[in-house]
This record gives sequence, C-alpha cells and structure tokens, in this order.
Amino acid sequence: MTLLGQFALWAAFLIGLWSAGLAFLTRWQDRPELAAAVQRSAYAICIALLVAAFALWKGIFAHDFNIEYVASYTSRNLPEYYLVSAFWAGQKGSLLFWAVVLGIFGSLAQALTSSRFRDLLPYVAGITNLIVVFFIAVMLFGEHANPFERLSFTPPDGNGLNPQLQNPGMVVHPPMLYLGYISLTIPFAFAIAAMLARKLDAGWIIAMRKWAIMSWIFLSVGITIGMWWAYLELGWGGVWGWDPVENASFHPWLTLTAFLHSVMIQEKRGMLKRWNMTLVIGTFLLSIFGTFITRSGVIASVHSFTQSSVGYFFLAFLMVTAIVSFTLLYTRWDSLKPEAELESMVSRESAFLFNNLALVGIAFSVLWGTLFPIISEAVRGTKITVGPPFFNRVNIPLGLFLLFLTGVGPLIAWRKASVRNLQRQFIVPVAAGLVTFGVLFAMGLRGFYPLMSLGLAGFVLGTVAQEFWRGVRARMSMYGEHIFAALSRLVSRNRRRYGGYIVHVGIVAYFVAFVGLAFQEKVSVQMVPGQTEVVRSPYGHDIAFTYMGTSQYQSLNRLVSAATLQVTRDGKRLDDIVSEKRQHVDSFGRPTFEPSTEVGLHSDLREDIYVVYAGSPDGTERAQFSLIINPLVNWFWIGGVILVLGGVLAMWPGGPQIKTKRRAPVAQAGYGVPLREGAVKG
Amino acid sequence: MTTRRDAVRLMGLLLLPGALRAQDQGEATPVAGLDDADRLYSPEWAGRNRDTLTALDNDPLVIATERRMRCTCGCTLDIYTCRTTDFTCTFSPALHKEVIALWVEGKTPEEIIDFFVAREGEAILMAPPAEGFNVAGYVVPGLVMLTGALGLAAWISRRKAEVAAVEITAAPVATTPDEAARERLRRALDDVES
Repeated sequence: MTLLGQFALWAAFLIGLWSAGLAFLTRWQDRPELAAAVQRSAYAICIALLVAAFALWKGIFAHDFNIEYVASYTSRNLPEYYLVSAFWAGQKGSLLFWAVVLGIFGSLAQALTSSRFRDLLPYVAGITNLIVVFFIAVMLFGEHANPFERLSFTPPDGNGLNPQLQNPGMVVHPPMLYLGYISLTIPFAFAIAAMLARKLDAGWIIAMRKWAIMSWIFLSVGITIGMWWAYLELGWGGVWGWDPVENASFHPWLTLTAFLHSVMIQEKRGMLKRWNMTLVIGTFLLSIFGTFITRSGVIASVHSFTQSSVGYFFLAFLMVTAIVSFTLLYTRWDSLKPEAELESMVSRESAFLFNNLALVGIAFSVLWGTLFPIISEAVRGTKITVGPPFFNRVNIPLGLFLLFLTGVGPLIAWRKASVRNLQRQFIVPVAAGLVTFGVLFAMGLRGFYPLMSLGLAGFVLGTVAQEFWRGVRARMSMYGEHIFAALSRLVSRNRRRYGGYIVHVGIVAYFVAFVGLAFQEKVSVQMVPGQTEVVRSPYGHDIAFTYMGTSQYQSLNRLVSAATLQVTRDGKRLDDIVSEKRQHVDSFGRPTFEPSTEVGLHSDLREDIYVVYAGSPDGTERAQFSLIINPLVNWFWIGGVILVLGGVLAMWPGGPQIKTKRRAPVAQAGYGVPLREGAVKG
Repeated sequence: MTTRRDAVRLMGLLLLPGALRAQDQGEATPVAGLDDADRLYSPEWAGRNRDTLTALDNDPLVIATERRMRCTCGCTLDIYTCRTTDFTCTFSPALHKEVIALWVEGKTPEEIIDFFVAREGEAILMAPPAEGFNVAGYVVPGLVMLTGALGLAAWISRRKAEVAAVEITAAPVATTPDEAARERLRRALDDVES
C-alpha cells in the first residue's frame, strides 16, 4: 500500500507540474485542446491524491505499524472513528489531507464554474495544481514529512492517539479548519487568474463568491468547534486562549469577513477593486502564514507540531506567493480603477469601509501581538511573552467598535444618507441598546466592558429586528401576504442580505457569551465522599456539590477513575456530574500517555456547571476538584449554529420566482422591499 | 449427564451476547477492589498525587498574582491556569509553592512578581510591562487604526469633493430632466435593493 501511495503522490506531482507548465507557459488561449488538458489535469490530480489517501487509510485500518505514521498515531485498540481522525492527527497525514482536499476543491472549481468563465478556468487549474504540487513536494522532499515512510522494524503495537485528540470535537475541528484554509485557495486562484487574463470586471467576483462564503463558513465552524473542544477537553473552563495557532485561524477569518463586506461595494458600485484584490491575496497568505506557524515551531504554542524543516518550506512558499501576487497586482493597478466614487461620509459604503478598517485592524493587532515576541527578541535580544492580558487589552475596545459598526452598517443608505433617514433608521436600534443597558444596570450588572458589550448587542439586535420587521410589514402591505409568507419571501428573495443579518445575530451571541465568561467563578476543593461544598454562582444562587465517591473500571482502551458529584441549585436537585481521569493503554495494557482529564458538565442556557477531577492525595478516595460556574457559555454554540445558518442561507443558490398578487401601489416602499417584484437579487 | 465444563460453556453462551454488547458500546466493566473504602483500587490511574489544599490555594490575591506570570513548562498558560488545568505539569505546582512561600513571608504581589522576573527574566510575565520598546507593542495597533481611520476619512472627503465638482460642471450639459428623474429612481431602487 505504501508503494501505491508513493506512486500516486509522484503521479499527482508530475501531472501538477506538467499542467502548470501548460497553463503558464503556453498560448492555450489559441489552442482549446491545451486549455481542456489543463482543466482535466485537475481531475487527474484529484484521483491520484484520492488513491494516496486510500493507501494511507488502508494502512491505518490494517494496523500496518511498519508505516511510521501509523505506528506513531494509532494503536490496535484505538476506536475506529479515531482511526479516521488519525489521518490528520500528525504532520505528515495532515499534509496529505491538505493536498487531497485541495485536489477535490480544484476539481469542483472546474466542474461547478460556469463555462462563461472559460478565460479564467485554465489559469485557475494551473494555480490550484501548482499549490497542490507544493504540498506534495513538502511530503516528498521535506524532512520526515512523507506519510508513507516505513520503519526498519514492525512494532507489535502503535503509540496510540494523544488522549486530548480522542474527542469527537477533534474528529471535526481540524478538518473543518483545513477545509476553510484550503478552500481559500479557490478565491485566490480566481483573483490571480483574473489578473493574468486581464479580465478584471466583476466576473471573477461572481465566479468565486460562493467559494469565499463557503470558506468563511468552514473557518467559522472550525474555530467554533475548536473552542468547544478546548472547553471540554483542556479542562480550563475557557474557550479562547489567544494561543498563536488559535490566532492564526482568526487572521484569515477576519480578513475574509472584511472581504465579504467590501465585495458588496464592488458588486454594487464598481468600487474598491484594488482593495478587494488585496484582501483576497492577503487572506490566502494569512492561511499559509497560519500553517507556517503551526508547523515551524518558531512561536511556542500548545497546538504546534514538533519543530521541523517543513515550516521553512511554508515560509519560502509564503514569500514567493506574496512577491508574485503583489507584483501582479502592481502591474494591473491601472486596470483596477474604480467605476464610481464615494459621495458621502455618511453612506453605507463609508460604513463598510470603516467596518473593513476595524476587521483588518483587529487582524493586524492580533498578528502584531502574535509576532511581537519575535520582534522584541530581534530588537532587544530579550524574550517576552504576549498572552491573554495583552490581547484583551488591545482587542476588546476594537471588538466593541466592530460590534457598534455591525449595528450601524445596515442602517445607513447607499451613496448618501439624509438626516431624516438617519433619524428614522436609528431611533429603534438606539432605544433597544439603551433599554438593554439600563435594564442590566438596574439589575445590578456593573463593569464598563460588560455593560457596553450587552448594550451594543441590544443595539445590533434592534437593527436586525427593524430590518426584518420593515421588510415584512411592507410586503404585507404591498402584497397582502400573511406575516410568515412575507418573512419567507423577503428572505428567499434576498438571501445574501438577510443571511448576513442572521450572521450578525450569531456574532451578538458570541459577544454575550464572552461577557458571561468574564463572570466565571472558579474554586479548587478537596472532598471526602459525602462531603458538600457550596459555590455562589454569579446570579446569586448557591450551587452545592456533594461528592459521592470515585469508581475505577476498564473501558475500551483506557483505565478510568470516575468521580461523581451530586449537584443542587438552591437546594433543588440538578444533576449528577461525573468527571474522569483516563489512563490510556495499548493493546498489551501498557500505559501510553499520562492520565488525562475528562470534564464533567451540566449545561443550560443560563450557566454551565463545570467540574474537573484533578486527582487524589495519597492514593485515597479523597478527591481534588476544580469547580467552575460559567455563565452563558451555551451562547457560543448557539451563536455558532446561527452563524452557520446565516452563512448557508447567504450562499444558497437561486431563489423561487413566486408570483404574487399586488394589492395596491404604495407611494414609498419600506426599507428592503422591492418596488417591483423580483427587483432584489439573491 | 451435564458436566461442570458443560455448565460453564452454557453460562458462557448465555453471557456472551451481553459481554459483546458491552464491549461494542464501550460500557464500563467494573473492577473489584474498592472494598477498602478510603483507598483507590489503583491510585496511579487517577494521575499524579495531589498535595493537600490550603486556603491560600484559592486566595484571590494569590490567584491574581499567579495569573500575571507564565508557567515555565512551555505550555503558554499562566501559573494559576496551568496548576488548575494541566495536572500532569510539575512546574506550575512548584511555582505555586514558591508564590505561597513568598506570600507567607509577607511579600506583596509586586514584590513576588519582581522576584520571579529577576530570576526567570521578563518572559515570565504574561504580558510585557508597558515600558521601553514594549510600549510599541501596546501602542502600534491603536496608532495603525487611528492612522487608518484618519486616512480613510480624508480619502472619503477628497473623493466626495471630486464627485461634487464633477456633478456641478457636468449637470447642465449631461442631464435632462428625464434623465435626472431616471437617475433618482435608479438610486432609490439601489437603496431599496441594498
């Protein structure tokens, strides 16, 4: 199987080189058969890489421990679903995973893109193939990077998978992030193809728009599931630690979000072409930068793979890609002139520009903080740490500014807003924000940031509710529709816009959840069976924990010590929470890693009761626990679901052409309602 | 005649489906040995031995002090988070004991932090002190944002002025009343469609 895998890798590598040569060094524009050959090469590479993936998975499932990768990340008693995720658990497998998914995306881009973009597609194939070639080159020529490398002996069992990776979240989180990173290649390829082909009208934007939204959804899901995994698996009771690798996933998400806003200005007004091109290139480069950080070990991170020369392949790739892309952009600068100009500071365009400034500014500040230890060491020769206190101090104000703009953007008209328009638009959302602020203050909430965050959250929700209500009300008035029919048709006829508003609601949920985390209560206790400890929750409830005892048993590939706590809230029975210590063993019963911790959790919309069994003093049943009350954590996951729903709605193709009977013409249509049916495009 | 071996086989056959189901579903197979009420059957399964907690382990000032310093194990967590999260770490409990010892000696949080900075270097701080070159770390993002905002505002104002100039010079020549009406309608539709 390793021979088949190696052969498939080499085949994909050579086809990729050949097709890139055809795409960039021949006049395929005059030779349709060459253009077709380049496009078909994407499918050939995809098939070859799928064969390579099959070969590795076959080795994993067959427990072929002669393959170094299989021996390093699996064991005979590893549950089967973790055998699937072992594919991307290590450096080598994740490189192959990246190449395979890029091969699939490259093929899909060729298969699903309309033939009216035939001037771009061979270039797109050439670019995606060239990037696939880079990843295969890393595997073939990098130091200890080939997933099919064999050992000189066959161990009887493998090392097994790191216990922290034996979590359902880790089955989904890395592939989702990878899908986000990898799919960013397609918008980048279209951008470069448009510049190479000198087709710099809105065509390339239309061709790649759904890919960009899809990347954004994958990144959002990947980041959110990563937070969920960190929350459940690491046992610290938090979701985001500003770790360099976490930051690396956040950078492209921010710049891609900026692009998804600013591209609307290009579509609608023909402006910001240069800026959008810069954002697409920058987002792709940031995804490669994240990969470099993860794989080079230049910055200390709990997520990093071990330090290796592979990182320097990525650094070289990053630099070459940046130089080529920005040189190309420079040469096409004049062709990217705007077709219109801004007319007012108080306009939707300006609001989007300031929104872009905030998003890119946050991306810069996170990048700056991530790199500052290296910069400081280079300048002063002194190592420093840049941890959460730094990032919170710098980014919380920027985040609040962004939340404010999230509420402001939809309220301002395109081109130029009048004072009357502003008054009419802002009164309800501002009132919603002030009422939220006032009610929470009256209820005893204190602290500038929590009050500001929740007040602004109320403002944004007011904006979104007003947008939906005005649209629905106008449709009801114009077409005599029932409220639900009006809502359904309003949304289905402008999915991007209303999908975007739903995404804004998801973002608000995240802010609410972050505010909740600021009120976390955490205490370390030691208890003997039957003992009770009481923790006062931030809402003022008494949460009582009664330790019932620890049981020990064997299960699957682990030896478990499970401590049970009976929990009551103000004397009312709530739940029995079990937190575990797990000693993982191989198929011979030998310990493979140090014992890991499984968090015990009772979760509802108001708060999470989070228990971590830390272990026992002197081998007795007396147990140490971290008892944590985390308000509002569930809103992260709810926000994530809302975010994805909004994103999927925004990228959903087409829209039903529903014939409706118009009741009577109205002098002034409500905001967001077409004056004529079908005027609003999805 | 039923032998003892047959009886055992029969029992095995009766129990086998349940045993297999338990294995398939990853169900727990209890291990005897907890009869000794106060001792764990196998203490090593429960991880490293924990020291007895004292009131100072939950003292808010001790926690706040530890939150400002990084664990030296390389995990990037602060001492408090590491000692209450990574129960395999041997560094953070040792650092915690040192903090407690200094606290008991009557040192203030600042003095404790100074002690560790003198010994471990500035890298032990979770965030660099805002002095010297480190000021750049805190100020640059804000400055970049401010410069960007001012630049953006200036750019929009300049564009606005250019558009206004073009409209003034072009209006009498290019716009007929019908065209103007059409343009207003187009703008209104744009606003509505946005």
